[in-house]
Amino acid sequence: MARSVTTQRKIINTAAAWGIGFLIFFPILWTILTSFKTEATAIADPPVFLAFDWTLENYEVVLERSNYARFLWNSVFIAGGSTLLGLIIAIPAAWSMAFVPSRRTKDILLWMLSTKMLPAVGVLYPIYLIFIKMGLLDSRIGLTVVLMLINLPIIVWMLYTYFREIPGEILEASRMDGATLKDEILYVLTPMAVPGIASTLLLNFILAWNEAFWTLNLTAAKAAPLTAFIASYSSPEGLFYAKLSAASTMAIAPILILGWFSQKQLVRGLTFGAVK
Amino acid sequence: MNLTMPLRFTSVAAILAANAAFAETTITIATVNNGDMIRMQGLTEDFTSKNPDIKLEWVTLEENVLRQRVTQDIAAKGGQFDVMTIGTYEVPIWGAQDWLVSLNDLPAEWDKDDILPAIRGGLTVNDNLYAAPFYGESSMVMYRKDLMADAGMEMPEAPTWDQIAKAAEAMTDKEKGIYGICLRGKAGWGENMAFLSAMANSYGARWFDENWTPQFDTEEWAATLNTYMDLMNNYGPPGASTNGFNENLSLFQQGKCGMWIDATVAASFVTNPTDSTVAEHVGFALAPDNGLGKRGNWLWAWSLAIPAGSDATEEAKKFVAWATSKEYTALVAENEGWANVPPGTRTSLYENEEYKKVPFAEMTLNSINSADPTNPTVDPVPYTGVQFVAIPEFAGIATQVGQEFSAALAGQQSVEEALEKAQALTADEMEAAGY
Repeated sequence: MARSVTTQRKIINTAAAWGIGFLIFFPILWTILTSFKTEATAIADPPVFLAFDWTLENYEVVLERSNYARFLWNSVFIAGGSTLLGLIIAIPAAWSMAFVPSRRTKDILLWMLSTKMLPAVGVLYPIYLIFIKMGLLDSRIGLTVVLMLINLPIIVWMLYTYFREIPGEILEASRMDGATLKDEILYVLTPMAVPGIASTLLLNFILAWNEAFWTLNLTAAKAAPLTAFIASYSSPEGLFYAKLSAASTMAIAPILILGWFSQKQLVRGLTFGAVK
Repeated sequence: MNLTMPLRFTSVAAILAANAAFAETTITIATVNNGDMIRMQGLTEDFTSKNPDIKLEWVTLEENVLRQRVTQDIAAKGGQFDVMTIGTYEVPIWGAQDWLVSLNDLPAEWDKDDILPAIRGGLTVNDNLYAAPFYGESSMVMYRKDLMADAGMEMPEAPTWDQIAKAAEAMTDKEKGIYGICLRGKAGWGENMAFLSAMANSYGARWFDENWTPQFDTEEWAATLNTYMDLMNNYGPPGASTNGFNENLSLFQQGKCGMWIDATVAASFVTNPTDSTVAEHVGFALAPDNGLGKRGNWLWAWSLAIPAGSDATEEAKKFVAWATSKEYTALVAENEGWANVPPGTRTSLYENEEYKKVPFAEMTLNSINSADPTNPTVDPVPYTGVQFVAIPEFAGIATQVGQEFSAALAGQQSVEEALEKAQALTADEMEAAGY
């Protein structure tokens, strides 16, 4: 009897998990399906789920109209560059906060996080003016730096949390064996925190990839990434849902594939230290 | 070959000079994703082949993002754009601030006098033409001829609001999913407020009196909003408070609207058999009036302007002149057919025998000609603009007012409450702005 209840519960839990998963994934699925419809089918009422004439016309139009490769390269450069730059700064910062804390460490951590509470538009104009002065408007370098700064608090916080799980005695032992600070961070700490660093890297890459406020405001033709590519398919006068869906699918495909292949690492990193 | 020093120097100088002669200037064009704009992007080879020293870069943005980006760039002198697509709302404001380059010196063959007077008037400040119209639009009634015939009615060429209400009632068949009238309900200065401001003009209402006092507490505004609510509540589609141009276009194309009063540019969409199920049944009429001498139609022109911060002004002018020329119209006609040429900007287009065959051409012209942005209302006003007030504060105020009216349409408050709130918030904002 107890066994059948457990089985029944398992089935319910599994069904509920699949249901919730499907619910969360549904908008993405609908976007992908819409990208294969004609504009007329995309707005059909009642909506058509699968029984429609599938077409690749939207992808052909999008590829013909836009330089997808350039947008993609800009996204890879900006998201990858800002994440790597962020890690280079955040690993030593998180190390010092985790292993050599001062009286103000907690305050500094909270202060760093508080910068995320400021609406981005509040600093748009100052940053825009600085970019004009420095000639950084519509440049990949400028955007990389801005996105790195925006995501830096999250990177530091995540790494700090992971580093706190690593016994300080191991680092002490390495010091007694004559390891320098650089050796300690590079050869002792970093290899032990690889899951945490990997998940931080992946999460921040995704955040930078999806960032739409700064990427739309600080770019024009040269440095515009895939977020600008998607935005260019919205139209005030004329139906655009199918083409917009095709552009969205093309924009999310690389990150979706990356997430798919690295989900094991991502989940392991995100749950690192969650169960003690 | 043994070249002497002077000869070598001369050769190098000649090569450098040749390179300089072919030095490429890149102009960046900010635009919206409208059919006519996209078509232009596809035809730019004609321009670049004639101007091999000019390279074009396109930045296509969503309308509101574009507006915010170009405002930000022009105010901060960012110089990111050399040509920008802006409307009749921005041109008078930015032109008066000297943010735009005057286009009075475009070549004579561009033929400034050929631009429709109503459109030209909306783009001119102190005798300076600050933008070249790419396509112009007004609003008109698009209706189902078959449904009207079934109801035993005929749509007049210039209907009144009473006739529109009767036609809406006659065509409504909610069981079949057909609603007599579809109008904008989505909140926004360019959404429901574009329609309602134009409609209000035909009821003798106005945004401000000559002393810039808001006028939402007048009988004219109450009559406007009550008529709109009656039409939408009795004969409109469900959920109309979130419907904008695209949502209504979709409903009309699926045969769910008896009438749709909106931008003249929609005519080419609803008569296109590829997307529209009712393409062969669509008729056109002027926007309604109330016998007061003003019709409820607006005037808008997506136009190309050059920001004062551009460092490629001459090249940008060449592009603007090309994109808004008669030759460009002919190029589109040759490649895409006359129905697809940018409408509503040039008198010569409407004199063209081929274009006269396009079913909506005459009504579009009549609609544009019946709008007067310099004299938009029955009673005098201190502003220009038909469906907007050409002051910088308008977009923010009208969006808030639009939210109140949209909430009334959604049944969240009464017409009286919406008008009271509109009056109060407009008065506050105008006072804060120093009027």
